[in-house]
Amino acid sequence: MDSMTIIAVASIVTAGVTTGFGTMGPALSEGKAVSTALSSLAQQPDASPTITRTLFVGLAMIESTAIYCFVVSMILIFANPFWNHVIK
Amino acid sequence: MRLSPDEMIFWQYGFIKLSATIVFTWGLMLLLTVGSKIITHTLSTDHKRSRWQNLLEMVVMGMEKQIEEIGLSQPRKYLGFLGTLFLFVGAASLCTIIPGYEPPTGSLSTTAALALCVFVAVPLFGIEEQGVGDYLKSYIKPTFIMLPFNIISEISRTLALAVRLFGNMMSGAMIIGILLTITPYIFPIIMTVLGLLTGMVQAYIFSILASVYIAAATRVRKPKVEAEVVH
Repeated sequence: MDSMTIIAVASIVTAGVTTGFGTMGPALSEGKAVSTALSSLAQQPDASPTITRTLFVGLAMIESTAIYCFVVSMILIFANPFWNHVIK
Repeated sequence: MRLSPDEMIFWQYGFIKLSATIVFTWGLMLLLTVGSKIITHTLSTDHKRSRWQNLLEMVVMGMEKQIEEIGLSQPRKYLGFLGTLFLFVGAASLCTIIPGYEPPTGSLSTTAALALCVFVAVPLFGIEEQGVGDYLKSYIKPTFIMLPFNIISEISRTLALAVRLFGNMMSGAMIIGILLTITPYIFPIIMTVLGLLTGMVQAYIFSILASVYIAAATRVRKPKVEAEVVH
């Protein structure tokens, strides 16, 4: 296998695995966050605005790690410097 | 596959390029300022007021209440900066309704610029509130060893702000682009609506995080004068 093939295979496999792991972790933790928020809403419905707002802020923070993985995958597929170097 | 609106160039002269990012940003600025100017041209305080003035009042007072709930005691001081952040990012994603438009926040340049604004604004507001000495001393709290970690956390949360907004906007645009080649008719519309929702949520998140950072920087310790007066 020459270097072009190795770089292509590594980029493709890593991009797929990155997206795979990047969606598993945040999905689990967001599920836990939403379930805790729901149970605290059931206990204290009058604190609903605060709980909802905090929930969304927390969800966005958790989501951002998934976004990091997505950005890395996109870079590997579309803006890969090693691939561009080897193509030339 | 176009990764960002940076690559769509409208006009070029030498190395000065008018990319889609810049053109759409200018369009947004024009829309926000000219629209507000037209609406606030005839302000009225009695019961008969235009619906646009009502809309603006709802938006501004809602933002002011949010900023106060975060913990900033004088929301008017920060309303200009934080409100503009929210309105710009919100309008940038709302205008995806217009065909042919791509949100300029889908380019890393725009989000990095906004995150840099927050990075500069937090020490500015902190020094204005606490004074230079007290603000710099806050980096050494709780112990002196925390100084590099505090600095690194400042830089990394600015980076996180930029990448979070960029990633959310870019992923929305990219998913629509990919789906358009697969199922052109109904599904991309649903994804556009989802992109609108995440765009508004991200606008809210961006401004809330900026206000939380400013609140952390301007949190004045209990003044010692109060204790003396009680005695």
